[in-house]
Amino acid sequence: MNMPFYVAPEQLMKDRADFAQKGIARGRSLVAVEFDDGVLLCAENPSRNLRKVSEIYDRIAFAGVGRYNEYDQLRIAGIRHADVKGYTYSRDDVDPQALANQYAQMLGQIFTHDTKPLEVEILVTAVGFQRDGDRMFHIRYDGSVTDEDGFAVLGGEADSIRERLAASYNADLDAGGALRAAVDALAGDERTLAPDDLEVGILARRDRGRCFERLENGQITDLLGVAADDDG
Amino acid sequence: MTLPHFSPAEDPGPSFAGLLRELGVGPDYRDLRLDATDADVSLITHGTTVVAARFADGVVIAGDRRATSGNLISHRTMNKVFPADRWSGVAIAGAAGPALEMVKMFQLQLEHYEKVEGRSLSLEGKANQLSQMLRGHLPMAMQGMVVVPLFAGFDRRRGFGRLFAYDVTGGRYEEEDFVASGSGSLFARTVIKLGHRNSNSRDEAVDLLIRALFNAADDDSATGGPDSMRGIYPTVAVITADGYADLDEPEIAERFGSVLSEFAEREEA
Repeated sequence: MNMPFYVAPEQLMKDRADFAQKGIARGRSLVAVEFDDGVLLCAENPSRNLRKVSEIYDRIAFAGVGRYNEYDQLRIAGIRHADVKGYTYSRDDVDPQALANQYAQMLGQIFTHDTKPLEVEILVTAVGFQRDGDRMFHIRYDGSVTDEDGFAVLGGEADSIRERLAASYNADLDAGGALRAAVDALAGDERTLAPDDLEVGILARRDRGRCFERLENGQITDLLGVAADDDG
Repeated sequence: MTLPHFSPAEDPGPSFAGLLRELGVGPDYRDLRLDATDADVSLITHGTTVVAARFADGVVIAGDRRATSGNLISHRTMNKVFPADRWSGVAIAGAAGPALEMVKMFQLQLEHYEKVEGRSLSLEGKANQLSQMLRGHLPMAMQGMVVVPLFAGFDRRRGFGRLFAYDVTGGRYEEEDFVASGSGSLFARTVIKLGHRNSNSRDEAVDLLIRALFNAADDDSATGGPDSMRGIYPTVAVITADGYADLDEPEIAERFGSVLSEFAEREEA
């Protein structure tokens, strides 16, 4: 009878984490920024169809980086969770934290028990009725959750992007300022990103109804233009 | 409540009703056998008259506010006109409980599809979806709980407003000009017929529907007229390229005011 080689649990976890991180690092990054009237999500994404940023519920949005098919499955699971919960109880009872916990459990479970961990990093973000109600939950491939404040960065080059965004971020940004800060942080010093390379969604702070909006190229240009004029 | 996860073979796709079925949430009437003698179905709360008409820029949709149980008025402020999504609306007549549940499911179905698929259904697709829901409701309708909705929306691909009437079996009939459903629909339809043009302006179309509901209430006891004492007026919504918008209550009250004074003048003469 063949005996399986002994692998130390530390090594096993490390191997899985390395594998997931490598997969995530291959894709492009994404940032989310809170601003005065909502939360802005901006991804570097040349595709018009394979989306990274999307709507989950009235006040909740989803963003994912890494392997498209994997985070898209998570996105759909999130929509189903939220819609069924809203149907069973009420629309007011759908909250981002419960959803984030569910995601964390699922990712954690897959990380330890499945053949391969999911190569994704996701963000569940919600816009409050007031600024202090805004939420950002950053969930990693192993199911660990971080509650982010002000802004969040997901993806391969997260560290350098986070550094740049931390330098330009302040709590008084408007939508244009938030987008400019997000784009500059994603691009870095050597590159410029055109609206065609970007995917932008906004959770607008409204009193009721669905708050998520996807910005078209023209709207992105306008928003960036407004911010540039403010500087000059 | 956990994260729903399905194998590819069992995945309900963008269908919300399919999702609820997979999860075992929601009512299951498949084995329900309600004999009409067991319960007097006329005592079930019923909603009454709803109307819709096309005009130059889209469609107007309106409904009275009364709900009846047999000969009793059970609610004076029931709303029967609802947005289905940003560019379409649905109005209901018939057994109020199942009708309201159907509206809720219809709204959720459209929203769920839009979020999962990343694009919304075509207007035709939405109309067919409602047709399927009605077909599913047929066993209940046969027990006396009839629901007959109207569906109206702005077709953004074609650039004009469209109307759909239904019957209890889920039959879907697109109408070119106007539709009416519910107990007072006979009277309402006649009034609309006399004043309807597809080239009507928004104001003309709104006035016409208000007149139609007023006359339905005048001759059908189950249809509620304008109630200026309590400040309750029928609901009117307009759907154009800009989307679904409810008319403000003061505007509706004012328009009813002019219909009423016209009526009073005629009575005096």
